[in-house]
Amino acid sequence: MEVLVCVKRVPATGGRITLTQDQQSIDTKFLGFTVSPHEECAEEEAVRIVEQQGGSSTVLTLGPEVAVEQLRDAMALGVDRAIWLDGGEDEWDPEATAAAIVEAVRSEETAGRSFDAIFFGNEAADSGGYQVGIRVAHALDLPCVSGIKRLELSQGKATARREGASGGWEIFEVDLPAVFTIKEGINLPRYPSVPGRLRAKKKEVLRMEPTRRPGGLGKLRLKLPPEEEGQVQILGNGADAAPAVVEIMQQLGLVGR
Amino acid sequence: MILVWVDLAGPEPDMMSLEALTFARGIGDSVEAVVVAGEDVASRLGAFGVGTVHAVSDDLLADFAPAAWAQCVVDIMDSLLPEAVLAGGSDRGNEVMAHVAAKTGLAFAANCVEVETGDDYVVTRMRWGGSLLEEARLSGATKLLTVAPHSLAPEEAPAPTDPIVNQVTPVIAEEDLRVRVTGREAPEGGVSLADARVVVGGGRGVGSAEGFRILDDLAALLGGTVGVSRAVTSLGWRPHAEQVGQTGTRIAPDLYIACGISGAIQHIVGCKAAKKILAINTDPDAPILAHADYAVIGDLHAVVPAIAEGIKRALAT
Ligand SMILES: Cc1cc2nc3c(=O)[nH]c(=O)nc-3n(C[C@H](O)[C@H](O)[C@H](O)COP(=O)(O)OP(=O)(O)OC[C@H]3O[C@@H](n4cnc5c(N)ncnc54)[C@H](O)[C@@H]3O)c2cc1C
Ligand SMILES: Nc1ncnc2c1ncn2[C@@H]1O[C@H](COP(=O)(O)O)[C@@H](O)[C@H]1O
Repeated sequence: MEVLVCVKRVPATGGRITLTQDQQSIDTKFLGFTVSPHEECAEEEAVRIVEQQGGSSTVLTLGPEVAVEQLRDAMALGVDRAIWLDGGEDEWDPEATAAAIVEAVRSEETAGRSFDAIFFGNEAADSGGYQVGIRVAHALDLPCVSGIKRLELSQGKATARREGASGGWEIFEVDLPAVFTIKEGINLPRYPSVPGRLRAKKKEVLRMEPTRRPGGLGKLRLKLPPEEEGQVQILGNGADAAPAVVEIMQQLGLVGR
Repeated sequence: MILVWVDLAGPEPDMMSLEALTFARGIGDSVEAVVVAGEDVASRLGAFGVGTVHAVSDDLLADFAPAAWAQCVVDIMDSLLPEAVLAGGSDRGNEVMAHVAAKTGLAFAANCVEVETGDDYVVTRMRWGGSLLEEARLSGATKLLTVAPHSLAPEEAPAPTDPIVNQVTPVIAEEDLRVRVTGREAPEGGVSLADARVVVGGGRGVGSAEGFRILDDLAALLGGTVGVSRAVTSLGWRPHAEQVGQTGTRIAPDLYIACGISGAIQHIVGCKAAKKILAINTDPDAPILAHADYAVIGDLHAVVPAIAEGIKRALAT
């Protein structure tokens, strides 16, 4: 089984977001970087499939050179190889991103590697475009199952499950090769081991120069949503505050008198 | 003309489609709708000012098939050339619109909260699940966008219409049916996180899987359920199905009790629709306090059982 996982480097924002002066990006001076939890689960899923069925896994990112850090993180989890699409500093729009990934998949095919499964996150953590995986699938004429939380692959076929809008599971069966967009919860990703990290450091990263074909959605500026007003009412300290809490619950009609 | 793809929840249009219809009336003078496998929704859509309902039906489309459903939208776009196509910002809305975008080569903006129309649209859309907004230029002969969930309240049109119903029998290519729902499994019983009236949230501060017993007890007393932060699911203390946030479930209870949760933006976007938030935290400077209505400063291991005792006493008198 040959599996490709596409991931995007994003800042690991915490309690609040600060923007740069030019409003073009998040101020990342004090932040680390990561990938979406959806994509981390996609990496784990790829590693498990290869552990169980053989073959190899490849992680790909389009971004600046520092995004190689996220490729190494993936290899520390057990992904076998990595491709860096050198996209320079600024963010590519979803159409341009999809086109660059399609180009890379085709070039891998020319080099003799064809993927049985291509994994994406259901949506990128930062831009939340909800489209790159689906665009890639159409360009490669592959079926795409979106938002999955269970996947079984065997003998050229896949059974995927995702949550229905009102709970329960929707089941999809497709022939491979296919594209899957994955949601967190499909598995619990392992923590990278120290030997895994050391191995990842030494591995080669294949660099490619993608063609940039800008699409019709262009970022103008970022802005913070209006702050919710309102002041927190401190009900007290420790267990002594319990009566005040119960009174509030009674006022809200959650506890009968 | 603005075309809206309407999704159904059971036999009725779903909430987010009604939001999209309301949003559409703000953009264009005339609104039409396309609905797949929906019988009898025309009068409901008329209340939202829809002039024409394009009702697509075919046995092959009886259950969800994203690419085939998208092709139905594309066919109607080809004949009517709408200025824009909208859908609700549900998982399915975003998915179908992304297929429409991929098939037509048009740009697509997901989860918009505002639109300025023109040759190009300037849209304001959600990033980071809504913690950040982006202004973007959306160009193309037809603008494709979804409306961010609950960014406006669904409102019926001032004057209801009696929609013309255009029955559509689609021509479906085999390749568009490669992905479709071939089976369903029913939901498990119990209080669902998304619909619970009370959610007792636990974060890293709970300290261990066993530590959740007091939260389970409190939730049971209140007829609610437990929700958790990603720190908790990553540690394997609780299943991901309980995670609240950007990559978990969005909740909207009457009361959310956040115990030992710091209040990272990705958690907040999942719980900010709660009517009231009570934070229980040892740290008076925890970011969660900026979003909370009430707070207790202290160790949740002491506070939570004391609240449970207080409730029992109140119920006994
Ligand atoms: C793209 C992306 C998506 C994400 N999606 C989600 C998501 O869907 N949901 C989510 O929750 N997170 C999500 N996260 C993770 C998020 O950024 C935070 O890391 C996470 O929410 C932190 O969980 P926490 O508050 O439990 O832990 P911490 O941040 O470690 O906070 C623990 C809190 O407990 C308090 N505390 C400690 N001991 C006690 C005690 N005894 N009594 C009372 N209080 C105590 C501390 O003061 C602190 O405030 C996402 C991150 C990224 C990058
Ligand atoms: N710059 C990128 N490099 C690699 N993969 C990406 C990139 N941007 C988006 N993706 C993939 O496409 C998915 C959906 O992105 P989006 O459509 O932008 O929400 C992400 O979860 C990633 O798997």
